[in-house]
Amino acid sequence: MNKTNAPIVLEAQGITKRFPGVLANDDVSLTLHKGEILALLGENGAGKSTLMNILYGLYHQTEGEIRINGQRVLFHNPRDAIMNGIGMVHQHFQLVPVMSVVENVILGSEVMRGGGRLDIKRAIQEVSELSRHYGLAVDPTAIIEDLPVGIQQRVEIIKALYRKANILILDEPTAVLTPQEAKELFRIMHDLTAQGISIIFITHKLKEVLEVADRIAVMRRGKMVGAVSPENQTESTLAEMMVGRNVILQVVKSDAHPTDQMLRVENLSVKDDRKVTVVNNVSLEVRAGEVLGVAGVQGNGQRELVEALTGMRPVSGGRFFIAGQDATHFTPRQITELQVAHIPEDREKHGLVMPYPIEDNMILNAYFKPPYANGSLVNRAAIRSHAEALVSDFDVRTPSVVTPASSLSGGNKQKVIVAREFSKPVKLLIAAQPTRGIDVGSIEFIHKQIIQQRDRGVAVLLVSAELDEILSLSDRVVVMFEGRIMGTLSMAEATREKLGLLMAGSLD
Amino acid sequence: MSTLATTSKSSWRELLRYSGWIIAGLVVVASIIGYLSNAQVTTSMLASTLRQSTPLILGALCGLLCERTGVVNIGIEGQMLFSAFIGFLANVYTGNLVIAVAAAILAGMLVGGLHAFMAVYLKMDQIIAGTVINILALGLTGFFYTAGLTTEGKLQPINLGPLADLPLVGPVLFNNPPITYMAIILVFVMHYVLFFTQWGLRTRAVGEHPSAADTVGINVNRMRYINVIIAGGIAGLAGGFLTLEAVGSFERAMTNGRGFVALAVMIFGKWTPFGAWGAALLFGFASALQTQLQFIGTIEIPHQFIGMLPYVLTIVVLAGLVGRSRPPAAVGKPYETD
Amino acid sequence: MTTKTPTEPGQERLKQFLLAAAIPITAVLLAALIGAILLILSGADPIAAYSALIKGSFGSERAFGRTLEKATPLILGGLAVAFAFKGGLFNIGGQGQLLFGAIIAGALGFGISGLPFVIHMPLALLGGALAGALYATISGALKAFTGAHEVITTIMLNFIAINITDFLANGVWKDTSGIVARTPAILETAAIPRLGTNMPLGFFIAAFIAFLVWYLLFRTTLGFEIRTVGLNNHAAHYAGITVARITILTMGISGFLAGMGGAIETLGVVGRFQPGFNVGLGFDGITIALLARTNPLAVIPAAILIGAMQGGASQMQFDAKVSFEIIDVIQALILFFVSAEMIVRYILRIRADQGGSVTLSTGWGQG
Repeated sequence: MNKTNAPIVLEAQGITKRFPGVLANDDVSLTLHKGEILALLGENGAGKSTLMNILYGLYHQTEGEIRINGQRVLFHNPRDAIMNGIGMVHQHFQLVPVMSVVENVILGSEVMRGGGRLDIKRAIQEVSELSRHYGLAVDPTAIIEDLPVGIQQRVEIIKALYRKANILILDEPTAVLTPQEAKELFRIMHDLTAQGISIIFITHKLKEVLEVADRIAVMRRGKMVGAVSPENQTESTLAEMMVGRNVILQVVKSDAHPTDQMLRVENLSVKDDRKVTVVNNVSLEVRAGEVLGVAGVQGNGQRELVEALTGMRPVSGGRFFIAGQDATHFTPRQITELQVAHIPEDREKHGLVMPYPIEDNMILNAYFKPPYANGSLVNRAAIRSHAEALVSDFDVRTPSVVTPASSLSGGNKQKVIVAREFSKPVKLLIAAQPTRGIDVGSIEFIHKQIIQQRDRGVAVLLVSAELDEILSLSDRVVVMFEGRIMGTLSMAEATREKLGLLMAGSLD
Repeated sequence: MSTLATTSKSSWRELLRYSGWIIAGLVVVASIIGYLSNAQVTTSMLASTLRQSTPLILGALCGLLCERTGVVNIGIEGQMLFSAFIGFLANVYTGNLVIAVAAAILAGMLVGGLHAFMAVYLKMDQIIAGTVINILALGLTGFFYTAGLTTEGKLQPINLGPLADLPLVGPVLFNNPPITYMAIILVFVMHYVLFFTQWGLRTRAVGEHPSAADTVGINVNRMRYINVIIAGGIAGLAGGFLTLEAVGSFERAMTNGRGFVALAVMIFGKWTPFGAWGAALLFGFASALQTQLQFIGTIEIPHQFIGMLPYVLTIVVLAGLVGRSRPPAAVGKPYETD
Repeated sequence: MTTKTPTEPGQERLKQFLLAAAIPITAVLLAALIGAILLILSGADPIAAYSALIKGSFGSERAFGRTLEKATPLILGGLAVAFAFKGGLFNIGGQGQLLFGAIIAGALGFGISGLPFVIHMPLALLGGALAGALYATISGALKAFTGAHEVITTIMLNFIAINITDFLANGVWKDTSGIVARTPAILETAAIPRLGTNMPLGFFIAAFIAFLVWYLLFRTTLGFEIRTVGLNNHAAHYAGITVARITILTMGISGFLAGMGGAIETLGVVGRFQPGFNVGLGFDGITIALLARTNPLAVIPAAILIGAMQGGASQMQFDAKVSFEIIDVIQALILFFVSAEMIVRYILRIRADQGGSVTLSTGWGQG
């Protein structure tokens, strides 16, 4: 496994990157050998993406230098990086959804016939050859938006290889994949390294790192903490390097004592914006005092399910009941009035009004109720004291309650939402991706809050794409795949492997 | 909001889906019947349709190129007005129509450059940027216009020999002044450029997913600048049509909302050149009908109501089509690389 | 407008206020500067022109009265646009709504007789405002139910309003005593009087309305709903606000304000409806709203400024022989500089996070 004898293809030395008010990379150094898989590990905000964007020419380092095959290079833009053999697969795919595979692959390095004309026929040939050579099966004429995520990722890899990349940067590539698809990706990665390509694999998932990496570099708060080899590491030693203290990976909780049925969903179907049925005949129930986890790779109907249950999206078939009441065609307001709390998946789009001060965000869906309103007039004094109390109870780090939500960190934004939703009587909590993209401290805090709610007798529907979150918080788990419930498991049955298979749609 | 719009999908919306084809079919049938019964009126109706559609298709092509590259342009009205004025002035002072048309195009490109500056460089709200252009054009042309300027003439029809002698289509299609021909040619050129060239591929990528284009080394803002300026030249040609081909003189606010109707034409045509051409012909037909009805004068409809026709049609088109046809995904959003 | 740390609330607020005011003031000065260059290019003396402009707008009590009179419909036009912006809508249709307000106020003004002033005048005023509201509601409903962008529909409705009011003033409501297409003069009991010799009462009505609009936006739950929809309609939907209802209501209230502007013009200034009057109001409203940075109270000084330019324009034309279209150019330049804030911020060295920012609508189908 040791490839440290292979020649060094990329070397970054003393890279420092300052943004206004933030030191994103602080004297970071990194080496990459030919044909190796280097895992770059770090939690959100550790500076991994900044470093990679510098290597890809999207940002420019404040200090430090980059050498490719021993040659000092200076990248002004991605084009320079591409010319030097660097390819990047971004976490959010950089593919034009309405264009074909071949158009996306050649974009920026087009196959021409002279006179500015495209030679699509020849381009299709070249793409087919590439995909055959590297074992990356894909139809060059397919339209991107019709393809599953795993295939779209292949197109991104082909895009890089088409540009003769021999250094491949994969940014959180498994975030959108099932464990099985991830396995397939790892196979592809090994095939590529066998052909002399070097890979930097960015992730915050410890298991994957131990499974696939030849070497592991760990970043924390903008600094490189160290580079280690996977043989003598365990998940907890890596976690400690990543976070800088002994983290409790397990949430402490007692057994659940489920009582009355709070949410009953019967044969529910929901369509997405393109009128495709993405929630298909789903039935489930959640009882007071338990957490029902909904696992699944994102994009399998979870978002639409949550939107339907909170009244934000019309239901196309079936029914659902909240506390025994048929709420199928209720508006969001009517559902809130049934004492339902909703932590939305997209906090900046749905959960907050960014330019509003924190105090107004704290009453976003209660502004019309006393004491915040006297009849049809707003009561600013009551709104302020309410917000001040919540900010201290929920440990929101902010200079004041009139600070606009936009200037808070991700974790504190999420705390504002959690504070708002938990500051009223709750019978049912619907939480969608409650800790996505926030710091470990805030994750721990929010997890504790959710368990507290459960212990107070709240029914919790937890939708998450993070398997670890599902496993540590849930009392029962259902798995969604292509809009259907693949199965309900007790925590005793819910092993990582079994969930993975269900998430991939196999095993009925 | 979208949920509300989508749930109220009723049968009349389904009817609207095919309204374009239905209306087009009716027009064809009506013109054949009309030709058989009254050849002269039908010919002049259709010729007038084509003439009226020319500034609309040019305006729509301008809007289309801007939006395909990711920039909303509601300043087409102002671009047309300003270049109509500059073209007119050039005609007054040089007496040379070729120079005048070139001046109109350049004026349009200049205003396009201003729009690009506001939308791309200053990252202003693009609707506001377009409004600035509209108001600025109205003010500047009003301030510098002096009444009583006369010109030596306007662009004359070019007869394409034997083709022009064909019945019905001959006089309608092959005996037109130059900007009308140029508009038709531009429809084909725009289609070819957008869908079969490197420039077109990059333009569409920039309008749909700018960061995807950026990460493969395409300069997003440069593409937008150039496209918006070229589009300005097309709007300039539309302005030139008004003062150099259609009437031969300038009046205050003479564009009369055509720049906005052109946007409806673009949307009706689903952001494609041929679709926009069809829509422009439909709107042109509505205008031709208006003048024809006024001419005949046998039907007792007040002229104000006939005059409203294109505007009402625009609203109907917008109400029936927005939300169903999909604009380029990144339209209206300045590109930022944090 | 956002405020920062509350350490020294009073001082901090004053600083924020000055920073916020600095941007529009600089924009006006820059526009005047470029206007001066244009005047020199056209062979006129900018100093003479500008001093004539000031003399004609603030030089005497009569001139000041005229400025306030011009400012009156501008306040309402500016409020109409600013209010719509707060709800995330761009109402370019002030023109059409004003025409409807003006002709309905005129019809109520001449068509009903025998009412006392205290009933007749308010009736005509509110009738005009409601006509504007109904007309604007068309665009609001189209936006809410079909997604048709209000910018285009309101502009199209402007052209349609011109045609319809022209038809009415030429037909059923035509003043048959003359050949000109216009309605008969309104009755004495419907006219908005002046206070003393020069001070138009209408101005004070408009200023009071500006205060009401501020109160509605910032002190009522409806205002909270409108601003929430304006800043983030997705979050509004999440919060249980019926976005379609608020969109229609916002457009209706915006049209109410524009319609009232037209009614005041008919009842307080012209005395009857005449096709094509005050054609620029829709556009002036945009300039004023942005100059006021969509703050309803700031609309009052912004409208007085534009009103002064329009009130003094004829003096300028008379004294300095400058075509008064220069006013349109300067107004367009003001609009450019207030919306191109980045330029002004650069000149004043104001950072992006200071002085507050204004969020406006954008795009086609963001629904």
